[in-house]
Amino acid sequence: MRILGISGFYHDSAAALVENEKIIAAAQEERFTRMKHDASFPLNAIESCLKAGNTDLSAVDFVVFYDKPFIKFERLLETYMDYAPRGFSSFRQAMPLWIKDKLFQKNNLLKHLKKLDPKFCASRLLFTEHHLAHAASAFYPSPFEEALVLTMDGVGEWTTTSAAIGNHNEIKIFKEIHFPHSLGLLYSAFTYYTGFKVNSGEYKLMGLAPYGVPKYESLILDNIIDLKEDGSFRLNMDYFDFCTELRMTNDEKFEALFGESRRESESPLRQFDMDLAASIQKVLEKAVIRLATHLQKVTGQQNLCLAGGVALNCVANGKLLQEGIFKDIYIQPAAGDAGGALGAAFYGYYQIKNNKRHANIDKMEGSYLGPQFDSEAITSSLTALGANFDVLTDDQLYDTVTNDLIEEQAIGWFQGRTEFGPRALGNRSIIADARSSKMQEKLNLKIKFRESFRPFAPAVLAEDASSWFDLKSASPYMLLVAGILKKHQTKLPKNYENLFGIEKLNIPRSSVPAITHVDFSARIQTVHKETNPRFHQLLSKFKEKTGCGILVNTSFNIRGEPIVLTPTDAFRCFMGTDMDVLVIGNCYLQKDNQNPLLKEDYKAQFHLD
Amino acid sequence: MNFLTELFSYLFKRKKWKLLPIIIILLIFGVLVILSEYSLISPFVYTLF
Repeated sequence: MRILGISGFYHDSAAALVENEKIIAAAQEERFTRMKHDASFPLNAIESCLKAGNTDLSAVDFVVFYDKPFIKFERLLETYMDYAPRGFSSFRQAMPLWIKDKLFQKNNLLKHLKKLDPKFCASRLLFTEHHLAHAASAFYPSPFEEALVLTMDGVGEWTTTSAAIGNHNEIKIFKEIHFPHSLGLLYSAFTYYTGFKVNSGEYKLMGLAPYGVPKYESLILDNIIDLKEDGSFRLNMDYFDFCTELRMTNDEKFEALFGESRRESESPLRQFDMDLAASIQKVLEKAVIRLATHLQKVTGQQNLCLAGGVALNCVANGKLLQEGIFKDIYIQPAAGDAGGALGAAFYGYYQIKNNKRHANIDKMEGSYLGPQFDSEAITSSLTALGANFDVLTDDQLYDTVTNDLIEEQAIGWFQGRTEFGPRALGNRSIIADARSSKMQEKLNLKIKFRESFRPFAPAVLAEDASSWFDLKSASPYMLLVAGILKKHQTKLPKNYENLFGIEKLNIPRSSVPAITHVDFSARIQTVHKETNPRFHQLLSKFKEKTGCGILVNTSFNIRGEPIVLTPTDAFRCFMGTDMDVLVIGNCYLQKDNQNPLLKEDYKAQFHLD
Repeated sequence: MNFLTELFSYLFKRKKWKLLPIIIILLIFGVLVILSEYSLISPFVYTLF
């Protein structure tokens, strides 16, 4: 049985094809259209999934959409009615959009799907609730027979947080927290107040937190969120405007509480912003840990599955793991709405169609589920672009690239299938030597064109992870943060704690400074031979030469750009930045050998995120 | 027609009859919106819409 899952129309459109328990392919529309968080119908993603399965839509049994539009519409109407007459301007803007378009999502989906299969009929189109799709995306591909499934995000239809039990092929939700009380929206509100973009800047806020002191934690807990003993919570809606206005926070109330105004986008960061980031991060961690602890006590479950946008907060995930509440934790790598497509497909396969489930392995296959390009396609693309390149053997390639890394060069590393989810995991990555003290600044300012405070993540040989980090579990999807072991830390100057947040960056903190955050933490990717043999081999070769099995791994893109998908995208990004070397498959390109006329003003083509 | 059937079955299933008047009014206005060439720009805030 083949089932196609679709997410879209809000943000992060995606498609996933599941055939008899196996994920054939999963891809995000933004990678094709080159528009970050693209919300349009995921036509390209669907076509690529069908192509990977060597099939077409007529051979797909069912299509499952990840959301129920009528229930979402009900939430909108009831919210507006509760707050009326406040919120009229928001109502005036939202309603035409719904009446003209979103309310007719089923018809729209059918119209699009009929273009791919003229015989496609409504009985083949199914719907699942948003949080069930998230829960399914975490539980069904996990290796657990039985687990507690916790989903947390901004909001789906009504639900913002759900707890379920996953058992064999069935997921049963037993607890929900409803809009407007939402951990995702709380975190987004602070993202907005610290001057970052909602729905993409949350990651920056998390990265900013270690520069600050959580001095506002009590203030937030006493005034903004009522966090109860059982982990449930209520937001004090006096502080939020997202129900009635086109902004997240009530700025006057926030300013009166914290004594500082909202930071304007792109203006300099203040110590206040860092302290606020640290405080909300602590509050989030407390909420997640309390919720998980209570649910474990109530259910007695030993395994936990996580999904929903909040599960991308890898610092909170790391703390949760450290608490030792669960024997094992599985986090869906595409925890945001893109993963809803996969969840919808799995939900259709297991729960709606009641197929048997075998739960012995992680079905995500390292999350390398997107399109790939064979050597012929790569060489013909590069030739057409006018690139100068050499084709190396595997041995030559690993040897040359590791030498380049040692010479502190930044390398675009493009191999195999593209990753599904927001993290680049070694197939569409920019890699560099983690031991270099100048690498963080070089990558941030000259290659990624992004804020200088932002940290970089390490990719470490799975077998070496415990000798570098205080990490008790594998982290193949870069979703766990852990501390670097004391033996690798360097002694800090006495005045370190008194330095202004970002000044701390200039002080080397470990023998791998490029991936060590100012609080000695790192967002770890463990690289496994079974899921990514080429990246594993490269790391092994680097270790052979340097004694260090760690590389900086950052996504192959610049600020505001979706991760590159095709060899053409990769070459353009390479020529538009100060990247030194590009490797696509076995093709090896050096910047110095390229025609300078092929350079372009790349960053102007993408909106800042 | 299918859409209306589904809408009513949804209202029946969830017992949300209180929403019926506002939905009818919105659908009437909706027809006017569709007839006009009003440009629709999604507000920026999260996915509340």
